[in-house]
Amino acid sequence: MGDVYIVADHNQSDIKRVTLEILGEVLKQGASAHVIVVGAKDMGPLADQLGKKGAQKVVALQGEGLDAYTSEGYANALHSYLSSKQPKAVVTGATAQGKDFLPRLAAKFSAGLATDCVSLDVSGDKVSARRPVYAGKTSQKVTFLQGPAFLSIRPNVLPAPADKGGSAQVETISANLGAVKAKLVEVQAGASKKIDLSEADIIISGGRSLKSAENFKVIFDCAEAIGAAAGASRAAVDAGYAPHSMQVGQTGRTVSPKLYIACGISGAIQHLAGMRTSKIIVAINKDPEAPIFSKADYGIVGDLFEVVPLLTEAFKKLR
Amino acid sequence: MKIVVLVKQVPDTETKIRLKGDATGIETGDVKWIISPYDEFAVEEGLKTRDAAPGSTVTVLSVGPDRCVEALRTAVAMGADHAVHVKGDTELDTYQTSKAIAEAVKKVGADLVLAGKQALDDDQAAVFGYTAEFLGMPSTSVVVKIDWSADKQSLRAHREIEGGAKEILEMPTPCLLAVNKGINTPRYASLPGIMKAKKKEIQTLTLADLGLGSEGPRVQLTEFQMPPERQAGKKLAGDASAQVTELVRLLRDEAKVL
Repeated sequence: MGDVYIVADHNQSDIKRVTLEILGEVLKQGASAHVIVVGAKDMGPLADQLGKKGAQKVVALQGEGLDAYTSEGYANALHSYLSSKQPKAVVTGATAQGKDFLPRLAAKFSAGLATDCVSLDVSGDKVSARRPVYAGKTSQKVTFLQGPAFLSIRPNVLPAPADKGGSAQVETISANLGAVKAKLVEVQAGASKKIDLSEADIIISGGRSLKSAENFKVIFDCAEAIGAAAGASRAAVDAGYAPHSMQVGQTGRTVSPKLYIACGISGAIQHLAGMRTSKIIVAINKDPEAPIFSKADYGIVGDLFEVVPLLTEAFKKLR
Repeated sequence: MKIVVLVKQVPDTETKIRLKGDATGIETGDVKWIISPYDEFAVEEGLKTRDAAPGSTVTVLSVGPDRCVEALRTAVAMGADHAVHVKGDTELDTYQTSKAIAEAVKKVGADLVLAGKQALDDDQAAVFGYTAEFLGMPSTSVVVKIDWSADKQSLRAHREIEGGAKEILEMPTPCLLAVNKGINTPRYASLPGIMKAKKKEIQTLTLADLGLGSEGPRVQLTEFQMPPERQAGKKLAGDASAQVTELVRLLRDEAKVL
């Protein structure tokens, strides 16, 4: 059987943590792993970070225009490189980028795909994976009946590998980009350097009880005090208190941080589906009967406008 | 402009999921079916785009069992001009579904294909990418805004990426865009629209009509599992200040997450 190819997520200076999580898991299962870094301007630091986590074979895929991400460019370049390799599996992070190019690449191989997997098994003859469906209300096992298997892996679920202190062998390949019709013309940075929900260890979310966009400041302040990402319930987003990019739940993001603090969120089934795999859940709500308390490890019955600022102060003392 | 909107029928998001005895899927007996919410945004964007470009039409397309016709009628009631149902059983995988969609789109013809960023049942978020590749169209996903050129021959799609950042991609038509919540507010079906939709003739295609049906699935889905039920933990006592102090202590010393 063929090897496993991991397509790295990177921002030119750093390899994203999800790539290292995938690498650690694939190596642990004893598979022969290659990491492909597409369009790096300077491979040095990226190769170092991969080598330290145990990557031995790293491919620098280079081509005119590949430093700006497009789904066609990535799919064409990766297809031209991988088509002669007979990969067993092609794995990447279930990120904005990974979820965008992987279906196109899988189509080029007439192959199957599993999105947003929380575990994978590349040790046997047949590749399989487990992935949540219905926003995490249940999960399914996906078994690939023929190769190659295309998988994207949810960030923050697999353990990050320890430093092994190795160094990677880098092979530079010039790739054929082919025809790219969609061109990236601009990247608009987010409002601030906020931590993304999918990668956050701690998330502090606000619900409809916040009552206004201005009041969300208590959530942002608390999140900042502990280095957390700020989230919101659908009710808060629909009321215009927070942007949709902050929404946690079935029509928003599914998250699994170490700590999820729900402030003024009653706990609708759609919201619970999106955060139920958090390691620890804290609920702060005025209503002692709110359903969120039945899922929370720790509950505080009280007014969030009183409790959350106190929590912010307590977090500041910890740091 | 010919606009095709891909529509999937999924269980209502309120649905309490129960598994089939053999764990190969969910029990659908008492499920209430709806248009996948992201696809509703796609239908609305199709209608808006049509109304801004005289002479345009919107065709809604769904692959699936016969019940999908109801989702198509809902979209027609919102204002879609035509509806196409590709009869496929529910066991088609993403690859097979996308093949069927691509062949059907070729038959219908499209300058713009719109879809939701993912279906709210299997959450695969992959049909758009497969379909775009099979059709040779540029594409992007998680689109929250579309700016058209004056001649409607090209557009700029604003797509959300991590951390609230956005990428803006320019592409010519024909192209395929998978849209996110926030791009618009879907209209409600009007009463005359609902009456019209009841009588609307829905074009039916079989996989054989599309020259498909001989290829098997690429994946097999088994061993559905319910997540472990979370147990209610402890409610903390005392005034707000005491509760917060106790919470921080528990998070640090008991849960070890701080």
